Amino acid sequence: MAILELNQISKHFGAIQALNGISIALEEGEVVGLMGDNGAGKSTLVKIIAGNFHPSGGEIRIGGRPVQFNRPVEARENGIEVVYQDLALCDNLTAAANVFLGREVRKGFGPLKILDYNAMYRRAAELFKELKSETRPRDLVRQMSGGQRQAVAIARTRLSDAKIVLMDEPTAAISVRQVAEVLNLIRRLKDQGVAVVLISHRMPDVFSVCDRVVVLRRGTKVADKPIAATSPEEVTGLITGAIQEA
Amino acid sequence: MSISIDEAVSKQTHGTLSGLMARQTFWVFVAFAVTILLMSLASDVFATEKNLYNVFRNFAFVGIMALGMTAVIITGGIDLSVGSTLCLAAIVTSMTMGAGYSVEVGIIAGLAASIAVGLVNGGLIAYVGMPSFVVTLGMLSVARSLAQVISNNQIVYQLGPDANAIMALGGGSSFGALLSPFGASGGIPNPALVLLVLALVAGFAFRWTRWGRHIFAIGGNENAATLTGVPVKAIKLSVYVVSALMAGIAGVLEVGWLGSVTVNLGTGMELQVIAASVIGGANLAGGAGTAFGAVIGSALIEVIRNSLILLGIPTFWQGTFVGCFIVVAVLVDRIRAMRQSN
Repeated sequence: MAILELNQISKHFGAIQALNGISIALEEGEVVGLMGDNGAGKSTLVKIIAGNFHPSGGEIRIGGRPVQFNRPVEARENGIEVVYQDLALCDNLTAAANVFLGREVRKGFGPLKILDYNAMYRRAAELFKELKSETRPRDLVRQMSGGQRQAVAIARTRLSDAKIVLMDEPTAAISVRQVAEVLNLIRRLKDQGVAVVLISHRMPDVFSVCDRVVVLRRGTKVADKPIAATSPEEVTGLITGAIQEA
Repeated sequence: MSISIDEAVSKQTHGTLSGLMARQTFWVFVAFAVTILLMSLASDVFATEKNLYNVFRNFAFVGIMALGMTAVIITGGIDLSVGSTLCLAAIVTSMTMGAGYSVEVGIIAGLAASIAVGLVNGGLIAYVGMPSFVVTLGMLSVARSLAQVISNNQIVYQLGPDANAIMALGGGSSFGALLSPFGASGGIPNPALVLLVLALVAGFAFRWTRWGRHIFAIGGNENAATLTGVPVKAIKLSVYVVSALMAGIAGVLEVGWLGSVTVNLGTGMELQVIAASVIGGANLAGGAGTAFGAVIGSALIEVIRNSLILLGIPTFWQGTFVGCFIVVAVLVDRIRAMRQSN
């Protein structure tokens, strides 16, 4: 059974039709590349799954159960985690504070609860170690490299037992070595049965980690194929419109 | 040479001392201490109990408001209405008491008025999405005008049956007997005690509560805070309510200190309060600020003001000194940040 199912999802902003009846199904441990030109609707689709936007039409099912998200927190409670394009980090906070942002660990009794710094530092350190990242939980994000920032954003998704991870251009602004690290991490998520939606412009990334590729063009799904059954040339053609549909 | 991840991760970026030295608040504190030291040598009057008592009481009002202002500034906002809010709260408290109600009712009425101001400010800023500068600039005008309307633009000096109680609260002092062995038989002025308590509460809230963590997150990257599920709107509303409430508390204390209220009370005070917060390390771009900094910033301004008077320098120079301090404090911070990024 599909872990995440989108049925005929549409979204319009006023007169602009951003998404037009998109249907996608994700299996456990499946990595799907979501590709398309700028303005094709990739980010809008991710924001709908993540609970940032309401779809204008259509239905989302998680594990077969229809769901509706009014806030990002509700998507998160349903096992959906997002790594945003700009990583959604606060430069003025520590790595650990960013990992736990919005779900801080607290201790104390009743209404009098204080932040449990030690617990958060400890857990964040564990997560960074799992990711094999040289990231110090107590360092400010402001002082970090692109790869470390990425690790902080990805460590967030590992806090809970997420079943679905959405990644919006995770490899857009980092070095070649760090790209390899991120791709390795995606493979590790896959091994643990996490379904990953990878939005990317980079053909080599998609073809090295994804099982399937979905192509959007002007808000419509024009292809949904196993990686083995397509080629970078065909996908490029689909993105630009040189190939109408496949 | 390569080192293991564990070694790299366990290394600290800053020692405790270098971390301390990197803070603007620390240098402002040094400036404060040096000024006090120099003034104790330069003037016979400065270090007397009576003068220090006055200094402490005077900066308490600005300090209390700077705590609330710092919370607002940390989120990346600004509250220009605090001077007018202080006046409105003072007028409401004094007129309620003048109408024969008890001191408790008077204080509650004044604080309620200030909370109402904060709710309007915060509601428009957080939920309607208006810029804080515009909303609180409007409120600066509205709150003072309301104070004029309520009081019919008259001086309020009839404080009713509980007049002595409020004057003891705002103008009196505590722990005189306890401190007399140390040569401070006058005790600690009550407004300074209120400041001390509120500063401890604010310092605790900034560092140890989820609310504190979230105001820094909003100031650092509001979008990220929203995306990670921080209740951004509610938190933004809360900081304007806190700021207005602090102004209300200062207003109530001023009623007691002055014994009468005019509608000019607190005019221009918002600038002093913002100056104190900024000198204390609050960054107007959001994401930085401390409760201790707010207190030390207000203290420094008052000590400079007091020193100039004692040294016989014309009071017209006060603005120049305070203004230069604002610029220098922020400049030092900029230089430090530039060095760090290189």
